[in-house]
Amino acid sequence: MEPEAAKLLGAGLAAIGAGLASIGVGNVFAKFLEGALRNPGAADAQQGRLFIGFAGAELLGLLAFVVAALLIFQ
Amino acid sequence: MAAEPAKVDPMHQFTIEPLFGSANWELAGYNIAFTNSALWMVISAVVLWVFMLGGMRRQLVPGRWQMAVESFTGFIDDMLLANVGPAGRKYVPYIFTLFMFILFANMLGLMPLGVVGVHPFTFTSHFTVTGVLAVLSFSIVLIVGFAKHGLHFFSLFLPHGTPWWMAPIIAPIELISFMVRPFSLGLRLFVAMMAGHVLLEVLSSFVISGGNAGIGYGIFIGIPSMALMVGICALEILVAGIQAYVFALLTSLYINDAENLH
Repeated sequence: MEPEAAKLLGAGLAAIGAGLASIGVGNVFAKFLEGALRNPGAADAQQGRLFIGFAGAELLGLLAFVVAALLIFQ
Repeated sequence: MAAEPAKVDPMHQFTIEPLFGSANWELAGYNIAFTNSALWMVISAVVLWVFMLGGMRRQLVPGRWQMAVESFTGFIDDMLLANVGPAGRKYVPYIFTLFMFILFANMLGLMPLGVVGVHPFTFTSHFTVTGVLAVLSFSIVLIVGFAKHGLHFFSLFLPHGTPWWMAPIIAPIELISFMVRPFSLGLRLFVAMMAGHVLLEVLSSFVISGGNAGIGYGIFIGIPSMALMVGICALEILVAGIQAYVFALLTSLYINDAENLH
């Protein structure tokens, strides 16, 4: 396989990471909503933690994009 | 990417260009050209300045503008109080500046000014800018941590109650996770903004080439892409707010580590 082709294939494969991160982000918000509907009184105080979880899950998806960008542009 | 000139190049929007013939300005051998990035930093700072001045009239019965400004300050104040505690009040100016600057930069970059021929440059889509902001936050954490706790600050790397035989494993992991913070902080903002803008540009290129390819392509590719673009624009506004919030939130969490030392 040509190195250029392998690079582009790798960049495409990195999109799997973005998809998996979307599962993670969905999980974060789904679980938060689940808990918030059970105990709405405690929900507002936990919003900060919700976004920490979101930030952590999202970062890994964004790293997949960085990997793809590095493979394409380098 | 080898972009042919006829195609839409999604990375062209991030090009940094010197403005007003300042390409050759130099200071001690370094080029200090006034670029479009610097111009949009100035614009967002001025817009932020106007927004704050309009809301700081301190009326007893606040008007709408003052309410808007006060809800922002109250939001940051609450965030620091919840995450750092009473000691966090002195960081309100820094976190507030950081939050509002990033928020205004992200929002201004999304403004549909292309309609009138002005290209809104999102400077938060460059790692140089977000990296400097992240290093600023990180150095505040280091300075506060070492000034307040001295060398005891290193106990940050060994959480309370760690079994002694786990210490050789936990300490390096905590050290790495600590050192990675400025990168993850800057990388998150930069990639989120850049990915969103590239996505919008790619979708717009679908609309343009679909429309150029004929009426059938225009209807079946152009119109759905256009509809998707409107949706993604709404998502981008959400992302612009969330990323500014996350940057401020994580900075306040890191300051909490330095201030209270778990």
